[in-house]
Amino acid sequence: MKFTEEHEWLRPEDDEENVITVGITEHAAEQLGDIVFVELPDEGRVVVKEDDVVVIESVKAASDIMAPVDGEIIEVNTALEDNPGLVNDDPLGAGWFFKMRVEDMSALDEFMSEAAYKKFI
Amino acid sequence: MSPLRTALYDLNVELGGKMVPFAGYEMPVQFPLGVMKEHVACRSGAGLFDVSHMGQIVVTHPDGLDAAAAALERLVPQNVIGLAVGRQRYGLFLGDNGGILDDLMIARRAGDLFLVVNAACKDSDLALLQKGLPECDVKMLDRALLALQGPLAESVLDSVASGAAEMSFMDVATLGSDYGDLWVSRSGYTGEDGYEISVDAAQAEAFARRVLQADGVVPVGLGARDSLRLEAGLCLYGNDIDIHTSPIEANLVWAIQKVRRTGGARAGGFPGAERVLAELDGAPTRLRVGLKPEGRAPMRDGVELFAEDRAVGRITSGGFGPSVEHPIAMGYVDIDHAAIGTKLQGELRGRRLPVEVVDLPFRPATYKR
Repeated sequence: MKFTEEHEWLRPEDDEENVITVGITEHAAEQLGDIVFVELPDEGRVVVKEDDVVVIESVKAASDIMAPVDGEIIEVNTALEDNPGLVNDDPLGAGWFFKMRVEDMSALDEFMSEAAYKKFI
Repeated sequence: MSPLRTALYDLNVELGGKMVPFAGYEMPVQFPLGVMKEHVACRSGAGLFDVSHMGQIVVTHPDGLDAAAAALERLVPQNVIGLAVGRQRYGLFLGDNGGILDDLMIARRAGDLFLVVNAACKDSDLALLQKGLPECDVKMLDRALLALQGPLAESVLDSVASGAAEMSFMDVATLGSDYGDLWVSRSGYTGEDGYEISVDAAQAEAFARRVLQADGVVPVGLGARDSLRLEAGLCLYGNDIDIHTSPIEANLVWAIQKVRRTGGARAGGFPGAERVLAELDGAPTRLRVGLKPEGRAPMRDGVELFAEDRAVGRITSGGFGPSVEHPIAMGYVDIDHAAIGTKLQGELRGRRLPVEVVDLPFRPATYKR
């Protein structure tokens, strides 16, 4: 599992090559506060690194989540449409945002390990 | 200039308040409970707010209270002369163009007029009063101000300061307590029954600790204060009202008593009266309305509103209403689109999404009248 400086986590899927699941860390979920709405990207959207793909609305403000690498959005977590609070309750599990097929998995090498992220925050 | 701190700063930090700069002060935006739970706790139990950053001003006149009230009527469109001792009302400082310089509370006490004004405007309000009322003595006080809001507020405050329970909405009184004399008004800015309490700064922390000991009372930050007042349909100065908006556009007609309107015994005679009375006798070109976005996406301050591709207004406050459990907003729309039930679109991140003009408040107030 890798972590970005924007407090996203990226988890390579064991059973599907070149696919990662993306969410935000507990730290980020806590900083954002109560999340009341998540705007998810369309499945099939091709994105390049740093494209805004998700909008998270907390009671306080809206924040964007960027595509961490180039690839294609292949699945989104539709459970967040009815229950955006999953991001607060279980950010590393049920609160995931999307799965994407990554063109080049070596692009993940630049991101932090869990230990490095813990130092970062 | 380094930010100012209220008398409750140390307690706010001790309680885990996330401190942010606000109107020149370091204020708690939320406590560990979080905005949503603080909001709900205030509606179901009681919330304690540090609002000491707001300005507390006392006005006296050498000839007595009636003279002070008559003088203040030169600056505000309210009926101050007719305000009974022990009562308060919502007031407005207006510019010469009829725009709102600040909104405030005006209380008539036994010996003075006691005003509570917004933090960001308090220095300019003080200057306005001192210049506009040269015959009066105008003083800004350095007392702490707390708000205790919610269904438990009455029993909790009455146990600390006997007599609180006997007060009605918008009554003011001085109540004795272990923390010195408390200057209490039965009011607030959440739509809940509750009180605002002015207390000697040196006693403020001890008073707050005592109130927080009661079951069901939680500290509440600025985040939930904002969502509570938005659900209650109340204006935030700087967002929903400012120097460019008149009280009539802002849908605050109720705040201008008949005696100050056209045909009233003391009609006009306040800054901006020409525009205000003209809009009151005719109609403003735009109006502040309640708005309900149809989906779950909140529409916030700045979202532009459209009717059939024509821009007809803008949102001035918006977010999620934790008690009503859907997005809510307020904004200004052209008068032709201000009727309850009008369907508009709000432009959110490049997309036009449906939003309906609805009645305010979003949640009925629970004031004890």
